[in-house]
Amino acid sequence: MIEHNRQDNLEGRDRDTIVSTGMDFSEKERSGSFLQQDSGLMFARSLSDGLEIMEIKEALEKDPEAAGYFGANFRSTGRDFDRETEGGYFIRVKRGHTIEFPVQACLFLKQQGFRQKVHNLIVVEEGAKAYIITGCSASHSASEGMHMGISEFFVHNGAYLNFTMIHSWQESVSVKPVSIASVGEEAVFISNYVCLKPVRDITMYPTALLHGRKARTSFNSIILSHPGSLQDVGSRVALQAEETQAEIISRAVSLGGKVVARGHIKAAARNVKGHLECRGLILPEQGSIYAIPEMETDYRDVDLSHEAAIGRINKDEIEYLRCRGLSPREAQSLIVRGFMDVGVLGLPDKLKAEIEELENSTLKAGL
Amino acid sequence: MMLEVKNVSVEVSGRLILQGVDMHIRKGEVVVLFGPNGSGKSTLLKTIMGFEGYKVISGEILLGETRIDGLPVEERVKLGLGLMYQHPPQVRGVKLAQIAGRLSGNAGLIKEMSERLSLSSHLSRDINMGFSGGEMKRSELFQLILQDPGLLLLDEPESGVDLENISVMGKVLDGYLKEEGKSALIITHTGYILDYINARKGCVMIDGKMWCVGRPKEIFENIRERGYDKCMGCDDRAQSAR
Repeated sequence: MIEHNRQDNLEGRDRDTIVSTGMDFSEKERSGSFLQQDSGLMFARSLSDGLEIMEIKEALEKDPEAAGYFGANFRSTGRDFDRETEGGYFIRVKRGHTIEFPVQACLFLKQQGFRQKVHNLIVVEEGAKAYIITGCSASHSASEGMHMGISEFFVHNGAYLNFTMIHSWQESVSVKPVSIASVGEEAVFISNYVCLKPVRDITMYPTALLHGRKARTSFNSIILSHPGSLQDVGSRVALQAEETQAEIISRAVSLGGKVVARGHIKAAARNVKGHLECRGLILPEQGSIYAIPEMETDYRDVDLSHEAAIGRINKDEIEYLRCRGLSPREAQSLIVRGFMDVGVLGLPDKLKAEIEELENSTLKAGL
Repeated sequence: MMLEVKNVSVEVSGRLILQGVDMHIRKGEVVVLFGPNGSGKSTLLKTIMGFEGYKVISGEILLGETRIDGLPVEERVKLGLGLMYQHPPQVRGVKLAQIAGRLSGNAGLIKEMSERLSLSSHLSRDINMGFSGGEMKRSELFQLILQDPGLLLLDEPESGVDLENISVMGKVLDGYLKEEGKSALIITHTGYILDYINARKGCVMIDGKMWCVGRPKEIFENIRERGYDKCMGCDDRAQSAR
């Protein structure tokens, strides 16, 4: 349970917004929590052996190993990154530890016009396993705000990380996350992205580098796009070692906003497998979806494929459900609900049910 | 009278498909509809059901006392119509169990019928996704029984179904129709379904017109021996159709 005095600074509405990104203040089924408002830490603590969770600043000061991770994925890819960040979290799961309950983290934007810039490090050591649910959201008061988040993931040999990010912004907020993951031998990295609320614009193109043999990754995104929102969301995977596998699945529903669903898989080793799947539904006339699946290979012995289907809901399906007594509205809502199936996220049952609940409440209001 | 189709003409995409069709089905009556491919049988069923694009340009359709042409599909369902599709669409993301639960609040019946129709493992699957032809037909019948309509419209219930499963489906259907007051209109090409149900009336539709009415087994035997050409030369057409 997060002590009440720590929550006192949160207004009721803000608290609800934070909860809507998966934060459970009771911590009943959580292994650790982190909450940052604008650039200030509200709380950070671990409830589980083998799990460290703290502000990035603290980690860099006291732990040279953490400092070694800082920027490492950018250096290894020859990319530059913004050093003017303030805050962010450091989460490390120690070698061989399986963290039973999800770890929760939230970056909250409160002040009007605030430019939140964070740098997060997530390290899962050899053979360790964890689920992380992170929320990024903005207060009703945070109009004209901006969030830029750098995240670096290090999933070491034989480790497993399921990272679910839930965004819950406001109409006037701009968001630009940048993330790079490095995935070791026989390690698994699952990255889920759920965005159901309005936002001004989001641009993100997280990258995973599978450099260890038999490493696997899945990027799954579920996006609901409201009128006036622009969501340019993609994922990129480089299959750099033999027998690595990647899957990129995106499901986008436009309620009038614009979605650009990108995906890029590059085969840079032999005997690798990659699959892209993009499905999009446009409900009103004015929505738009732009699906851009890309694949490239330098080798012959690879298995890369993609499928994409975008457009309106098939009229025959609506008619079929009406024949079973559903109104056109009910039929549409049932199809959309099924389309945004959280089953693809590979979550434990409890967490899956929580996210389903978030989806249900958003869809009920949105459709 | 359960259903009355009175002098109904129907256009689909600007083409006249049904021309002045008359037909009635009494409460408790099972009517079999024969006719060559493209004669308008499915169009008649879809028109009765109220599908989009099936435009009634003249005539009227009554279900009981209520005029139903012009009503939305789901309203007709509420009044007791139920359709078994010939080619049902795949509905991604919607599980068979979800629809079953909406059609019937009786979990025991859902369990029993899914077992009888060998669909227990299909309940957790998206409707018709990856179903074989026979599985789709069983799933259609399963949903229809749960829906419990007064008038069943069956569009080739046995096509694509193996003999063993035709027997299973035939028995389930017969059991349902024996309940008090259930009526049905059934399209069949193979005639297999006739071995399981007690149908006393058959009609033949040719070129969008109702051609003749008679005993279904006799009609079926005649068609089997001599084809539909013979029907077209049949003299009793006018009086028997009415």
